[in-house]
Amino acid sequence: MLSLEGVHSHYGKSHILHGVSIRVERGEVVGLLGRNGVGKSTTLKTIMGLVRPSEGRITFEGRDITGQAPHRLARIGLGYVPEDRRIFRLLTVLENLRTGLDRPDVAEARRTELLEKVYASFPVLRERRNQAGGTLSGGEQQMLAIARAMMLEPKIVLLDEPTEGLMPRMVSQIREIINVLHRDGVAILLVEQNVPMTLEVCDRVYIMEKGTVRHHGPAAELRRNPAIVHQYLGV
Amino acid sequence: MIPIDQILIQAINGIVSGMILALVASGLTLIFGIMDVVNFAHGELFMLGAYMGVITLATTGNFWLALLLACLIIGLLGAALQVVALRPLLGRDPLTTILATFGISLVLQNYALWQFGPVARKIQEPFTGHFRLFHLDYPYYRIVIAVLSAAIIGGLYLFMKYGKYGIWIRATTQDRVMASAMGIPVPWVHTAVFAIGAAMAAASGVLFGPLVGVNHAMGLDLILRAFIVVVVGGMGNLGGSILAAIFISLLEAFASIWVSPAQAVIVSFVVLILTLLIRPTGLFVPTPK
Amino acid sequence: MTAPAGSAAAPARAGRGGAPILRTEGLTVRFGGLTALSNVDISVQPGEIRAIIGPNGAGKSTFFNCVTGVLRPTSGRIVFDGRDIAGLPPDQISRLGIARSYQITNILPGATVLENVRVAAQSRHHNWSLLRHHLAYTDVLDRAREVLASVGLVDKEDELAANLSHGEQRTLEIAIALATEPKLLCLDEPTAGMSVGETHATVELVRRIAANLTILIVEHDMEVVMGLGRTITVLHYGEVLAEGTPADIQANTRVQEVYLKT
Repeated sequence: MLSLEGVHSHYGKSHILHGVSIRVERGEVVGLLGRNGVGKSTTLKTIMGLVRPSEGRITFEGRDITGQAPHRLARIGLGYVPEDRRIFRLLTVLENLRTGLDRPDVAEARRTELLEKVYASFPVLRERRNQAGGTLSGGEQQMLAIARAMMLEPKIVLLDEPTEGLMPRMVSQIREIINVLHRDGVAILLVEQNVPMTLEVCDRVYIMEKGTVRHHGPAAELRRNPAIVHQYLGV
Repeated sequence: MIPIDQILIQAINGIVSGMILALVASGLTLIFGIMDVVNFAHGELFMLGAYMGVITLATTGNFWLALLLACLIIGLLGAALQVVALRPLLGRDPLTTILATFGISLVLQNYALWQFGPVARKIQEPFTGHFRLFHLDYPYYRIVIAVLSAAIIGGLYLFMKYGKYGIWIRATTQDRVMASAMGIPVPWVHTAVFAIGAAMAAASGVLFGPLVGVNHAMGLDLILRAFIVVVVGGMGNLGGSILAAIFISLLEAFASIWVSPAQAVIVSFVVLILTLLIRPTGLFVPTPK
Repeated sequence: MTAPAGSAAAPARAGRGGAPILRTEGLTVRFGGLTALSNVDISVQPGEIRAIIGPNGAGKSTFFNCVTGVLRPTSGRIVFDGRDIAGLPPDQISRLGIARSYQITNILPGATVLENVRVAAQSRHHNWSLLRHHLAYTDVLDRAREVLASVGLVDKEDELAANLSHGEQRTLEIAIALATEPKLLCLDEPTAGMSVGETHATVELVRRIAANLTILIVEHDMEVVMGLGRTITVLHYGEVLAEGTPADIQANTRVQEVYLKT
């Protein structure tokens, strides 16, 4: 469904991605692991059109989406949850959700349905729905960032380090949410540094180093064979 | 001896001119807040709005219809200018947009001079009539200007807070990258905000028209004050710019009790300098956390 | 054999015991409620190549910023060459002999390669005279060319810095730092954004210049770290988690846990 072929990206002159090729099929949960600075976040940003690739191709459901504007991609089924959450701090929780909910092709009834569904998965958001986003705790902001992306009814969600800086209790909540999304048939491309959680929830895993994919295989294989993970993520 | 009657009269004058200034400045601060564009052509949009008012008034004979039409026309002009001249410059050095808007301002000024000539035009106020204020006959129209400006700004505030597209504008102002990632068509939001700012400047021009002559240079004096207001009120801060506009206009109005209006302008500059020295993010902005 | 206390010119000696060239005692940095560094004690010998590693948010940049005078520590001491430098401004620290390269390249894009290095070199010589032509300062130019030769950029000396490749620009940054004749060189993620080839070249360069210098290097690339660092310090949540040779660190299960988040 989503595929990257030989993608190169730069930040100014800094050549971050040196030919990345990745595939995510419909409904799959795919992990992207690697140390700091290897280009995991840049890969997601390039898919979402926040960074323009200098080389290579990105296709989604058969269409070439290389370098397209983010707002178009959000409309055709890509959801993005960035590394630092980036919720709209001065908008209320409900207004944050509405940025994704208020789409022209969505009937009022469906909108209420979607909102109820997300409140059911994240009761704390219902509680705080009229509070400004900036007053939420880190974990709550992460919930809001994911819920906001879900309002787009995406076919694939790009999740950038959702567990970073969260307490263990919240980490398991994130794991739960990923499972819920998976059950609903939403594909997920998960960038993480938390190896155990990633190996638990993902079907397949790519491991990146220095801007390229160095290893690719089923999560089960990596669970059986931790040495590979150690090589690329340990010291 | 404190001249109470003069102070009260000037207070009202200050509020009236403050509201006009607020109408212009809020468009300016909105534009800066959402797309980091310092719109040096804003005074010319005000001026062209006034000229449009002259023309539409002559055609329709109705002041209010003229006001509405002028806003629509200048709003569209603003949208066109943004799409043609400013959108291509997105992401470049801010100096390029400053130069671009400055260039547009020169073009528009000279266009107005060429099209309408150097003689000032007049817009007839929609109604004459005064009420007695101490020793003066104070025109109702001036009060109406203030009320109408407040209404327009109030309408903008409600739109931003409760309207669906208001959320789009606020989200884009806070984080245009994430707004885009949420499906909000950011380039069009920018165009719309520029158009709204232009329309507000035009409304200001038409409302202000009957008080002064409509001429090609009328934007110049105003734009300077408008920028001062935007800085003092906090760049991008809508509420702040309204408070700052009234504050500065009141101070100037009071000052002109004792000195000539030309010298009273110094007050604005003093406030600007003090703001930059003491509280550069804006006098009326809560302390940044 | 120790240099007398307070001496400003302790020569760099590789691998000897004795007075450390850089020492921190109880270095602590707090930003409001957040503790970025907590009681960090690090000791670097003259001539060492010391790598500082740690997962995200460990405090590596904060540590660098304290040593180079960009940040004032909340408490603790930083002793360089016998002198307490905590809280001194960056220009003074530069004059005392600490140089730094940055993650985001800080070169002058509109100047040539030679000019970039010359500007740095002349900070160590001469007061400026309004009347002398800049090309008359031949000793400064010679020094600049010397540095360019040592980093391998001398044949690009007339090239505009903006036209260099990314790897060459990072090398130029190192050259600029070297031109200030430092005793301690701080390299902040020098191989970020580089290809594998450029990374290897940078590692070679660092090895070459390490002969007369003490080097502190922050890196994420483990191959670089393990290849270069004779001693590695691991930071985690602002504290020193472990210190030792590459073999020690790789064998340290606590370090592995922290990196793999098990």
